[in-house]
Amino acid sequence: MTHLFFFLTVALYGGATAAYLACLVRTSPLLTRWAGRILVAGFTAHLLSTIHLASKMRYLPLTNMQESLSFFSLAIVGAFIFFERRYKVTTLGSFIIPVALMLLLASSSLHAEVRQLSPVLQSNWFWFHALLAFGSYACFTIAAGVAVVYLIQRYFLKKKHLGALFQRLPSLETMDEISYRCLTVGFPLLTVAIISGSIWSEKAMGSYWIWDPKQTWSLVIWLIYAALLHGRLTIGWRGKRAAILSILGFIVVLFTFFAMKHSIVW
Amino acid sequence: MNIIVVGLSHKTATVEIREKVAFSPNQIEKPLGELLKLEGIIEGVIVSTCNRVEIYATTRDIAGGIARIKRFMAEYHHLQFEAIEPHLYSYHAESAIRHVFRVASSLDSMVVGEPQILGQIKTSYGYAAEFKSSGIILNRFLHKAFSVAKRVRTETKIASSAVSVAFAAVELAKKILGDLSDKTVMLIGAGEMCELAAKHFLNSGAKGVMVTNRTFERAERLAEEFGGEAVPFESFLEHLHRADIVLSSTGAPHCIIGPKDAVEVIKRRRFKPIFFIDIAVPRDIDPKVDDVENAYLFTVDHLQEIVQANLAQRSLEAEKAEEIIEQEIGQFHKWLSTLEVTPTIVALRNHFDEIRRAELDKTIAGWKELPPDAEKRMEALTLAMMNKLLHAPTSALKQSGQGGRVDLYIDALRQLFGLEALQRDDEELELEE
Repeated sequence: MTHLFFFLTVALYGGATAAYLACLVRTSPLLTRWAGRILVAGFTAHLLSTIHLASKMRYLPLTNMQESLSFFSLAIVGAFIFFERRYKVTTLGSFIIPVALMLLLASSSLHAEVRQLSPVLQSNWFWFHALLAFGSYACFTIAAGVAVVYLIQRYFLKKKHLGALFQRLPSLETMDEISYRCLTVGFPLLTVAIISGSIWSEKAMGSYWIWDPKQTWSLVIWLIYAALLHGRLTIGWRGKRAAILSILGFIVVLFTFFAMKHSIVW
Repeated sequence: MNIIVVGLSHKTATVEIREKVAFSPNQIEKPLGELLKLEGIIEGVIVSTCNRVEIYATTRDIAGGIARIKRFMAEYHHLQFEAIEPHLYSYHAESAIRHVFRVASSLDSMVVGEPQILGQIKTSYGYAAEFKSSGIILNRFLHKAFSVAKRVRTETKIASSAVSVAFAAVELAKKILGDLSDKTVMLIGAGEMCELAAKHFLNSGAKGVMVTNRTFERAERLAEEFGGEAVPFESFLEHLHRADIVLSSTGAPHCIIGPKDAVEVIKRRRFKPIFFIDIAVPRDIDPKVDDVENAYLFTVDHLQEIVQANLAQRSLEAEKAEEIIEQEIGQFHKWLSTLEVTPTIVALRNHFDEIRRAELDKTIAGWKELPPDAEKRMEALTLAMMNKLLHAPTSALKQSGQGGRVDLYIDALRQLFGLEALQRDDEELELEE
């Protein structure tokens, strides 16, 4: 059952990726509508597969790399669907949906080991922490995608290359707004995630802050986005500088996610 | 029944001639009435815009109908027939359908893809419908033309790009600043293109205008016209940060906005982007302003390039539109041909006969023992009944063949008996323009 949903999800995300990429080279309301529909279908399948897995295992599937990758991808797609509905930015999907597909494919390439859940994970603080962390990561992914598109549009405007691609990509202002929205949602989520993570660490390990690599890098991420948000709110940082910082932040997020082993979880 | 089109347009007549034969739209009842009094003209619609004057009509006598409408156009306006005849074109049958579809889809316009023409035809048709000068054929025909135009609009990009410098500036502003409804435009200097662009910005929802000029009275006058604010030229840099879009066209011999000013303005704007449009020759705004982060400078040459690219794009899209129109002509032509008397009578008889046979077969099959020639008698009985029932409608149809109401009868008959699934594309008529 889980497998069926999972393969369906991969197929639908693949279809959605193709449709969104096609939106970059063709302007067609029909194509736009179908890209959105395929994506929503994929998201539904993904959600069902996750719920099914969770009810079978009796815990949220974010306890190892395989589960986490899939959950990360789910969160990104969910966040994107929200922003696409709100701001009508289809072509943003051409940059974000392939990332979600790749994460999902990476997840499916890892094999799921059947194992006993470590007792340290059996804490509500852990689930709370992990859910919020993925929410904030999804926001930062969208922000980074927006930043890439912003830089492309800025390049077109400065070089006066106002071709078909320029016409299809969203306006600078829209992207600025989305990026700001992502920050104002993602940053508080990350903050609460770090706090709840340290409470969990205290329960599991007896100390709020144990300086394990994951915790340390989370702090780095927090500092980067804090700087970005602070700059924006006080001196009105936006445009190229904010975009570059946002991409940098996302690179650190990916690095932390993939390279930093949690000393307690896996 | 035949559709004919007679008219002239910007392609065949100069504006002097066009305005002489134009019909004033608020007094269209009189010419419509006279049009229908012409011999052999059954339905009529008059379309009169500044670029074209056309009459759509239905008739049984193509050559006569066209000739009479041509004379009517001259006589109604008290013109010499010879003076306008060389400018008139006429179409019938398929070419008439093609012509009207192309006009409605804005393929025959002076600026291909301009959106006004569809609204103008809708208005003209609205009058004709109000005064009942259009009937079943022209009603269906023009609705079809509107839906074809809609298809062309949604399936091709014929009207999606700006083909004037002022419009290109507005489109570009939207790409940089997003929604324009909270944006302010600043006009530096005056000039036709500048004012035109300002009007376009206001029409696209821009919030306000600031005007500055070396002669302050001039600035005040323009500001009043746009409902904006006049700013003294000596201190316009003080107000520049409040503008999101700056249109400059002074006659100044050197630049009046340099990169340092731009840096200062951007800082005061808290890094919100600003869009400079330099229309002046020599330039008003230093090209280095474009190197300032969050400042975007475009000159009139850049805008002109966009317009050229868009025009080229439009002619490509026009080819796709022609293909759509060819498909739709075929469909409409098929419907038109069903409105003939003989095929309708044949279809009606066949329809009745099918029912008769089916019922007869069912009855006979259900009978165990039949008396001799019962089958033959039943056959004769049902046939006689059918013929009697069909006699009155058939002869009514044949007799009405001379008058204009025949199409109405045929269409009603075909629908009542479901003779052919005539696809009714019920696009509601939008007459809001």
